Amino acid sequence: MSAGEIRVAINSDQDIVLARQKGRVMATELGFSTGDATLIATAISELARNIISYARKGQITLKMVNGLNRQGISVIATDDGPGIPDIRQALRDGFSTSGSLGLGLPGVRRLMDEFEITSQPGRGTIVAVKKWRQ
Amino acid sequence: MEVPILKQGAVLIATFQAALSDADLNQLRMGLVQQVVKFRSRAVIVDVTAMDVMDSFASRTLREIALMIRLRGAETVIVGIQPEVAFAMVQLGLTLEGVATALDLEEGLAYLNEEFKTTS
Repeated sequence: MSAGEIRVAINSDQDIVLARQKGRVMATELGFSTGDATLIATAISELARNIISYARKGQITLKMVNGLNRQGISVIATDDGPGIPDIRQALRDGFSTSGSLGLGLPGVRRLMDEFEITSQPGRGTIVAVKKWRQ
Repeated sequence: MEVPILKQGAVLIATFQAALSDADLNQLRMGLVQQVVKFRSRAVIVDVTAMDVMDSFASRTLREIALMIRLRGAETVIVGIQPEVAFAMVQLGLTLEGVATALDLEEGLAYLNEEFKTTS
């Protein structure tokens, strides 16, 4: 079974909806429960929202991943925006620089199983998250 | 995307769809408050049964709608948050604190009827 790779360009608030819908479809195809598919779709929504709020445009890539004896979904959010100067601070609940709720990143971390972030000021941000099928 | 708003006596019922964009939500926020003024409504029920994702923006907008409507002297009840959506919201840290919620439309109307009795 191959679900391939899906890329969604994030340029407007409409794309946030599109990305999370595609993520839900892929998660369901991969055999995730409705509950887990909702967590994944919600995480994608937050990641896409961060792209719009901080970088204005970017991309979400969805793909199937294989672990040792498990399958999962990988969601990678990339942008060429201003980057995050202090990642540790950005991962704290309640922190925001764009006037939003600021729950984005720590929340996404709780929704998913694996969370990785790389950011360089002035170069952009990559957030890579995974969820494994139960 | 249009959100149907139904007038039922002193109560307005707004039914949210699954694929609401931020722009739709913003429009709805103003639209609902204007309708409350126009119809002199005493309460608004926002039915989110069809919403499959409630992220930070949607949640914040719902809270703002409820607060604005309260300033207008009316009440808001959010009904129909799906169990898996509730789970995702709690994981994200979204609580809709200070906003009345009910299981479904029926329970929402029952809650408002009780409220109307005690206030009138």
